[in-house]
Amino acid sequence: MPPKIPGAGLIKGLGVTFKEMTKTVFPNEGVKKLIPNPTRGAHTVQYPHEKEAPPTRARGVIALLEENCTVCMLCARSCPDWCIYIEGHKYKAPPRREGGKPRTVSALDRFDIDYALCMYCGICVEVCPFDALFWSPEYEYSEPRIADLLHDKTRLGEWMDTVPEYEPYEAGSEAKVKKLPKKGAK
Amino acid sequence: MTFAIELAYWQQTIIKCIAVLLCVLLPAGAFVNLFLFKMVSFMQSRLGPMEAGPYGQLQLLAEVGKFAQKEDIIPAKADRQLFKLAPYLIVASVLMIYLVVPFGPDAYFANLDVGIFYALAVSSISVIGVIIAGWASANKYSLLGGLRAAGQLIAYELPMVLAVVGVVIQAGTLNLQGMVGAQANGEIFGFGALGNPYILTQFVGFFIFMVAAQAELTQTPFDMPIAESEIVAGYMTEYSGMRFLLFFIAEFASAGAFAALAATMFLGGWYLPGLDLDANYMNVLGPLILFAKIIVIAGLIFFVRFTYPRFREDQLQRFAWTFLIPLALLNIFVTAILKVVF
Amino acid sequence: MTAVSDREQLNYIAGQAADARVNVELETEGMTLNLGPQHPATHGTLRIIVKLDGEQVIAADPVMGYMHRGYEKLVEVRTYPQVTTLVNRIDWLSSFCNEVPFILAAEKLMEIEAPPRAQWIRTILFEMGRISNVGLFLGEMGLQLGAMTAAFYAFRDREYVLNQIEAVTGGRFHPNFDRIGGLKDDLPKGWIDETKRVMSRMRDFCDEMEDLLVGNEIFEERMRGIGVIPAEVGLSYGLSGANIRASGVDWDIRRDDTSSPLPYRDLDWKVWTHPDGDSFARYWVRLQEVREACNMVDQLVGGLPSGPIMAKVPRIIKVPEGEAYVATENPLGEMGYYIVSRGDLGPFRVKIRSASFNNVSITPWVLRGVYVPDVITILGSLYFILGDIDR
Repeated sequence: MPPKIPGAGLIKGLGVTFKEMTKTVFPNEGVKKLIPNPTRGAHTVQYPHEKEAPPTRARGVIALLEENCTVCMLCARSCPDWCIYIEGHKYKAPPRREGGKPRTVSALDRFDIDYALCMYCGICVEVCPFDALFWSPEYEYSEPRIADLLHDKTRLGEWMDTVPEYEPYEAGSEAKVKKLPKKGAK
Repeated sequence: MTFAIELAYWQQTIIKCIAVLLCVLLPAGAFVNLFLFKMVSFMQSRLGPMEAGPYGQLQLLAEVGKFAQKEDIIPAKADRQLFKLAPYLIVASVLMIYLVVPFGPDAYFANLDVGIFYALAVSSISVIGVIIAGWASANKYSLLGGLRAAGQLIAYELPMVLAVVGVVIQAGTLNLQGMVGAQANGEIFGFGALGNPYILTQFVGFFIFMVAAQAELTQTPFDMPIAESEIVAGYMTEYSGMRFLLFFIAEFASAGAFAALAATMFLGGWYLPGLDLDANYMNVLGPLILFAKIIVIAGLIFFVRFTYPRFREDQLQRFAWTFLIPLALLNIFVTAILKVVF
Repeated sequence: MTAVSDREQLNYIAGQAADARVNVELETEGMTLNLGPQHPATHGTLRIIVKLDGEQVIAADPVMGYMHRGYEKLVEVRTYPQVTTLVNRIDWLSSFCNEVPFILAAEKLMEIEAPPRAQWIRTILFEMGRISNVGLFLGEMGLQLGAMTAAFYAFRDREYVLNQIEAVTGGRFHPNFDRIGGLKDDLPKGWIDETKRVMSRMRDFCDEMEDLLVGNEIFEERMRGIGVIPAEVGLSYGLSGANIRASGVDWDIRRDDTSSPLPYRDLDWKVWTHPDGDSFARYWVRLQEVREACNMVDQLVGGLPSGPIMAKVPRIIKVPEGEAYVATENPLGEMGYYIVSRGDLGPFRVKIRSASFNNVSITPWVLRGVYVPDVITILGSLYFILGDIDR
């Protein structure tokens, strides 16, 4: 190792911060090189004015496709902190075919998720056997009062519009790309 | 000051008071806005305040407003009188430095014959304020911070004075106005077109002065008195609201004061080569030139502040006593020899 | 002394008594300083009671438990799939790494093995967790010493790693991605190319830290020879991870655990050690580890095998009766789970061995006799996460 010049490391340190400063102030390349444009050079996202696009899989909020729900309670039971509240009732619907028996249909009365408790683990979405729950990358639903974070099925249903299509997989994968069920299919 | 209109003494005094306040607050505000908000943000790949006013330019006012409406908390066990007094002492010391800084041929507050001596003397008053603040807060972190500040400021007073001695020898005067003149009319080995800004001949002195100023201002790498990761905020821990704002103003205003002293002693003060030294327009142009030089020097101070980690207290003392002071003495010695030879 | 007279003797006694009084009066009393639980330097709520003589530490006593969340007890009333989401929060800077040893232990009990592609993706995310965790340390250490800018660089570049983790798992901080028998999902398209770009960015970040801090004389002055932990002391206190490797002990579970299903033995990498055992060595070893992790991720995404990502696992997971301990080399050190199963849906008892608890328990030994600023240096360089101490 060559003998160190005293102060060389200090100068180098100043160089690093200076380089970063020029990179931030002059991010342009080519013709417009010396035109200052820190808004582009800085890594800051000016949040309320510009928004980050979260990835497709981002676990922002849980959306509910109400007509797929059969009130089986699997999600409520597998939730690690029991923040899903479901109530339903059964009623006799007219038979599908002429002369058949009347069907027993479960109707959803209440489907609330308390986002103040939710840990965003996604177990409920995974265990749902009827594709009624989906992750949406939507994240702007903060509330000034903690009690207002209890969202009901209408609100959860509205988030269904923000659920993106499943994205394709990387090469070498054997998993099948799932399809998002259309709203009002049943 | 010579005025075309003769003003009564009290009128002059009021004008001077306003001017001093302006001199203190203007650089302090400019530093906060330019360096603390923007330059540092750019160094750290971020934008800094952007919401208040265009490009965040009104953030400073917002900050002042924030501090002004905060509750003034005095700890129950604090020494109330001293606790209240301390910030004023520190601010007063800064105001007093500005008294002797010349802004133009006739634009100065006081033209003392021992100007630089006076400036360095009153700058030490802030130490008393810091110790009082540290002791009166009745907080262990504050006490540690105050004691560290005391040790550090005393250790760095000496190299600073010794660094200035080189300039004084070369200029042949203690008067700051005289130093500006000496630099304007000086010449380096017969080449006089640039004058002789002492940064060229006294670069060792400039280096020592800047290091010592960095320590006096408790900026990183010498910010142990307020080292936030060790002792929370040092002597400022218990202060809030307006009193904290006073500390804050004092910190940046004293950065301005030391930058002004350095600009006057090493960069030629309010004078630029090619301008008329005694012309009347220099009273207007001079302050602007000095302000630009202050910004350059303060930029250096803050550039270093936001790059380096901090020393330990004992390493700082060792650095002062075994490196800076011998270097300063050597500088004086060489300067004196050269002064006699040439 | 031979007393000539009674009077002289009385004078002598009075003099001795006066001396004693003066000595008692001049005796300075030590100061007790509470670092924390709310203190800017302890990233979390660790409290350290230091007894000071001037600025020198006579005794230091860490007080833990301000953030105790009782994971070992919580886990007992959760099913196996629910546990991973809880243990994410133990070491919150590299959450995915917390899941892996638990899942591996459960798989060991069930005697199933995840398919190779799942193991490789596990290892990729594991090493990315290490980069996001230790990469933050590299900047954080500068902040402890007063160099604010370094921390901002660390947060800036860590963001890219987190984005990549989020693109796969859906969670930036709490992935909950590992499942018994495999993984929740496969990689999305285009992820591998982006990851390679991020890794080269992280290498640039390491170079930047080397220029900004490691080469800096002030930094060296503050770190060299501070908080020296000899190898035998470190071992007796149970240090692990980079802390013990910085003391010259060549021990890395990734390499030394030959029965581990994670594909570390297929990679070309090196375990870095440093002989000094001081704060600088700890920083240096971690810096090299981040670089090594970047290389590992590059190799892993390059040679990713194709295939399924989930083994055949029953829909309702019941772990057969038995006990198993699996440890992995987490960013902070050895992290292991000892699972006792009684054949139920959830574990009967889980003992979590987290690295920071042992790493921080050496503080009374190593802090003795140092100065207050060095307390911060040493605590910073030992690098603990509060969630990992208290659990």
